[in-house]
Amino acid sequence: MSRAWKFGDDISTDAIIPGRYLTMNTPEELAEYVFESERNEFASEVEKGDIIVAGENFGCGSSREHAPLAIKGAGVDTVIAKSFARIFFRNSINLGLMVAISDEADKIEDGDEIEIKDNKIVNKTKNESYNIEKAPSFIENIVQHNGLLKYVEKEML
Amino acid sequence: MPKTIVEKILSKSSGKDLKAGDYAFADIDLAMANDITAPLAVEGFQQIADKVWDPNKIYIPLDHQAPADSINAAENHKKLREFAREQGIKLYDVGEGVCHQLMLENHVEPGQLVIGADSHTCTYGAVGAFATGVGSTDMAAAFATGKLWFKVPQTIKINLTGQTKQNVSAKDIILKLCKKIEADGALYKALEITGPTTKNLTIPSRATLTNMAIEMGAKTAIIQPDKKTEEYTGVEAPEWLYSDPDADYVQEIELDVSSLEPQIAVPHQVDNVHDITEVEGTKIDQVFIGSCTNGRLEDLEAAAKVVKGRSFSEDVRVIVVPASRDVYNKAEEKGFLKTLFEAGAVVEAPCCGPCMGGSFGLLAGGEVGLATSNRNFRGREGSPDAEVYLSSPEVAAESGIQGKIAKPRGDF
Repeated sequence: MSRAWKFGDDISTDAIIPGRYLTMNTPEELAEYVFESERNEFASEVEKGDIIVAGENFGCGSSREHAPLAIKGAGVDTVIAKSFARIFFRNSINLGLMVAISDEADKIEDGDEIEIKDNKIVNKTKNESYNIEKAPSFIENIVQHNGLLKYVEKEML
Repeated sequence: MPKTIVEKILSKSSGKDLKAGDYAFADIDLAMANDITAPLAVEGFQQIADKVWDPNKIYIPLDHQAPADSINAAENHKKLREFAREQGIKLYDVGEGVCHQLMLENHVEPGQLVIGADSHTCTYGAVGAFATGVGSTDMAAAFATGKLWFKVPQTIKINLTGQTKQNVSAKDIILKLCKKIEADGALYKALEITGPTTKNLTIPSRATLTNMAIEMGAKTAIIQPDKKTEEYTGVEAPEWLYSDPDADYVQEIELDVSSLEPQIAVPHQVDNVHDITEVEGTKIDQVFIGSCTNGRLEDLEAAAKVVKGRSFSEDVRVIVVPASRDVYNKAEEKGFLKTLFEAGAVVEAPCCGPCMGGSFGLLAGGEVGLATSNRNFRGREGSPDAEVYLSSPEVAAESGIQGKIAKPRGDF
């Protein structure tokens, strides 16, 4: 069971991890500052397995892969949003951070207990379940290889 | 089947007959990573390979934290210099300029497929390339194989008509488009910018347009090549490089720019754009003129023209950062830098400057900045309690003089 951390629309990668921390390259270091200016209590209160839930265009702006790395470093392995900015979406797939698109993400409130089961979002707090958009098979294939580098190593080198 | 210019480039690069919505691996013509994104790319690359696919097609500019502003940044730079030396890759060291300006000036050609580990890679569409921003792991895979996967984007066609008024420039046009399309209005899509106004723009002005495609979520923006493109790049554009007249567009947008006022993006969203009249008089603490959006020669010229013979307000710090060594040299020769310096500006060596908030020129809590760069997200240019407005170089210069957001003198 996971706590939902709810965010709004157009959460930028600057909001996820500001530029002044980008000289750090490990998930652990970055996680200390994740969402610092957006939601200051996040880094200290988030627990392993918690899920981030957002509106439209999550991860917009800079291509910094430090953003999904910081989220992973904080122990979050799933982000649910109504839509994702494309570079953040690619980076997440490549790093093995699960990015689930759901047009019902709005129904989840901050603090709800949720889980992903059989390709559905189950909201235990509200006793509801929501659909997840099915990933195209091309992307599914990369995910099943555990990210792009493993795929490239196995299939292309 | 009729195709857009984007479908044609991706079909050619993948060797497949692709249309919007298809997925494919395609051959990369050029790959760029900077001092923020390259360290992670090198780490990823080293997990899977020893030798890059082609050192002559990879470029590593050190521009975001340049010269190194911390020990961590210095370590990253050192690591990249060693990697470039050992692989035979061209590295642009500190002071050479912003990665996108260096790529445009020296490397990108019409019809190429270019990836950059930086979101503003879409800038190179100004010369008819398909160029898109990717992450560090994508770049690691490309370093090793010379290939990357793409989803062929649908295209939004933007037809620009009319002649802008005096002191209204490409930045005002693209800010207006950000307002019209919104921050997620072009997600996963390409923008094809066309029309008589576009044709009349210089390549640097076109680059100001394509640069900000990402602020609408777009994968890229592209402008079909013409004589100006060929003169700028020094190469002939391939014959196949145009959109078929009956190609399929997901949306068509018309914008007549003839009555356009100077535009300002208001904190903290790039699409929160207003006519300058709505925010005139807002007091500012700092002005930044530079970046891959507006740090080119014509931008410094526009600012210098506004400033000529006048002085910046004593209450405002004005930071000017030319986008490349070439821009710096020419702006120096033409006296633009002297004009700005004598008016009270700090003129820095070519780099990204305060744009990303990782280096110098940060804002304190409660301060207000006006920048010619591309993003005004909360906390990007310093304190999360600071505010950043975005404008053209003309407006930035006039506002620096008056100490508040102000229209340049001239005909409106």
